[in-house]
Amino acid sequence: MNKYMCKYFIIFVLPTLTAFLLSFLIPFILGVLLSFTEFTSIIDAKWVGINNYVEAFSNREFVNALKFTVKIAIVTVITVNFFALVLALLLTRQLKGRNIFRAIFFMPNLIGGIVLGYVWQLIINGVLYKFGVTLSYKPEYGFWGLVLLMNWQMIGYMMVIYIAAIQNIPNTLIEAAEIDGANWFQILTNIKLPTITPSITICLFLTMSNAFKNFDSNLALTAGAPSRKTAMLALDIYNTFYNTLNGEGVGQAKAVVFFIIVSAIAFLQLKLTRRKEVDSL
Amino acid sequence: MIKKKKITSLLLIFVMAFMVFSACQSQQVPDSDSTNQESSSESDSSKDVAKEEKADQIYFLNFKPEIAEIYDKIAADYEEETGVKVKVVTAASGTYEQTLKSEIAKSDPPTIFQVNGPIGYQTWKEYCLDLKDTKLYSFLTDPSLAITSGDGVYGMPYVVEGYGIIYNNAIVEKYFALTDRGTEFNSMNEINNFDKLKALVEDMQAHKDELGIEGVFASTSLSPGEAWRWETHLANMPFYYEFKDKEGYDDSILAGLASEEIEFKYNQNYKKIFDLYINNSCTEKAMLGGKSVNDSMAEFALGKVAMVQNGNWAWAQIKGVEGNVVDEKDIKFLPIYIGVEEDESQGICVGTENYFAINSKVSEAKQKASIEFLEWLFSSEKGKDYVVNELGFIAPFNTFEEDEKPEDPLAREVLNWMEKDGMKSVPWVFAVFPSQNFKNTFADALLEYVQDNIQWEEVVERVIESWKVEKAKGE
Repeated sequence: MNKYMCKYFIIFVLPTLTAFLLSFLIPFILGVLLSFTEFTSIIDAKWVGINNYVEAFSNREFVNALKFTVKIAIVTVITVNFFALVLALLLTRQLKGRNIFRAIFFMPNLIGGIVLGYVWQLIINGVLYKFGVTLSYKPEYGFWGLVLLMNWQMIGYMMVIYIAAIQNIPNTLIEAAEIDGANWFQILTNIKLPTITPSITICLFLTMSNAFKNFDSNLALTAGAPSRKTAMLALDIYNTFYNTLNGEGVGQAKAVVFFIIVSAIAFLQLKLTRRKEVDSL
Repeated sequence: MIKKKKITSLLLIFVMAFMVFSACQSQQVPDSDSTNQESSSESDSSKDVAKEEKADQIYFLNFKPEIAEIYDKIAADYEEETGVKVKVVTAASGTYEQTLKSEIAKSDPPTIFQVNGPIGYQTWKEYCLDLKDTKLYSFLTDPSLAITSGDGVYGMPYVVEGYGIIYNNAIVEKYFALTDRGTEFNSMNEINNFDKLKALVEDMQAHKDELGIEGVFASTSLSPGEAWRWETHLANMPFYYEFKDKEGYDDSILAGLASEEIEFKYNQNYKKIFDLYINNSCTEKAMLGGKSVNDSMAEFALGKVAMVQNGNWAWAQIKGVEGNVVDEKDIKFLPIYIGVEEDESQGICVGTENYFAINSKVSEAKQKASIEFLEWLFSSEKGKDYVVNELGFIAPFNTFEEDEKPEDPLAREVLNWMEKDGMKSVPWVFAVFPSQNFKNTFADALLEYVQDNIQWEEVVERVIESWKVEKAKGE
């Protein structure tokens, strides 16, 4: 059996591998290579070394976008997971119509970011109208607008993951704890949270990478206004690539840096929370 | 037996692999009928060699979404007449560069595309075919309008446009009939400099309730991507005068192209007219960040305001607004006065930022077919009929007779202003603005200025700085 597997391994993997190569690996390598060149379209690139990287980091807007993105990521990771967990805890209790609630909370996740961006822009501008300002009045407005939007969009999804995890906790554990006289808070901190740590890992990872990669709702909601102070990394890369003269190479370099940052954070986070998982089990 | 099995499994694998490949490929070409015609890049290149003499399909990447449907009709007609299929793809508003960049790298790239002037030509020069020997070039009424470099001709203008302050004459007449007005003017012909314009506008604003309007000017739209009337068109005025003052250049556009840095010498003039717009508008200053061009045009079309800055292309938009109350004969142009000595002899801004270029990297047959299509469009009876009556272009070609001028009132106004004695049209020097980023920075600064977040001095600083930075990137 094992021998058979070895023999046909390559053949069975081949179709997927080719697709992976064509649609992911080759474009990725090309992308990294292009970041060292100056180009208009990918067929006429000229090698310029690390110039693009130097320019990317001497660019004030890039650094601003980086800071803004980190701030957004921190705030949304905390708020999204907090609210998702609270909702999950509520909706795993014996509540009337809890399935309907679950469906409702999940639904925003099915709407595209561009649409959400425009819808929330209308809503927020409608509210701000009363105060005689608009969303682009101050960067803080855009910041909280984005946080609100991303919470609304992501909470449902994370909630579903938490619900699945909580439902998997063996009833015996909780019953035993209740008989021992533990109150709800003790059950939560000593039984529920430790057992769902794998889900917490996944949710933290998902919210973090979603927050970093956010582009569509950022573009639709603020498009960086005022003065690109609310532009996140992906939007800044887009602006560099398309709206700057000879900006393609620099944009590409920024994208590579962006990739490194995101993967580094994801890796670190995965490692840290993994260790906790082992401890708890 | 085992061998047979092996062969079958190998075959199966090939089929699967093939399916994966073909799935990938059809994703690369979004347009379904182009997949049929050129199913793979391999056969495409071999085809190009095979049919050297006749291309059966050309690809036109259109810049103007507002007239996309008309191009589809033209393409259908042309195919019927000549058998050459014209694939028309229209880039969504404001995304032309992105679309072009990705389309041109494909196996079926656009054969006709557009560059937006000398700066756009710098980006695309490797792709622009020399059009010096074409009939199309010989049709030009003024060959100097084309984009040239050395001996070659690389960009072909195909429409002349004009912009200024559009006003609704009915409302202005109503004002002139008021008994308690504070100015002496009796006709718009008297308004020939900034001070007079300001006096008129401010007094009209004071009487807005009697005139039944919400403000004199439509909203100064400043939401992201909607500010081009200010960072491009209005910005043309101060920079035209700045470049004109430079010595040693043939014209203001060349002077602008050579400017590594700018002084923004006429920034106070820009501020004057801009302040006039925002202070006498139907919308409060702080709310302008949420307004779009469509909003402003709708305000004008519905008669809520008397004036709006825009160009002759806006007529289609005004006409298209539901409940439009502006009569065709009441719609007129006024030059944008910014309070310089030349005000009284200044006409409206006339020029073009739309140049056709032929892709030099497609097969010769396709290049020829593309040129033939353009020549057909601008010289055949049918093509000209489309250009004049449906596209509404003021085409700068000598193939158009006197009676073949567009019907729409704003295009006629542009021609009127161009022909007025002693009036000098302002050329479109904004074609030399270094990049979209420069314009965006300008727009961002204007937005913060109207929201009172920054002072005017800082707007000026940012504009000067951005020009320097962006210009350096083009080196």
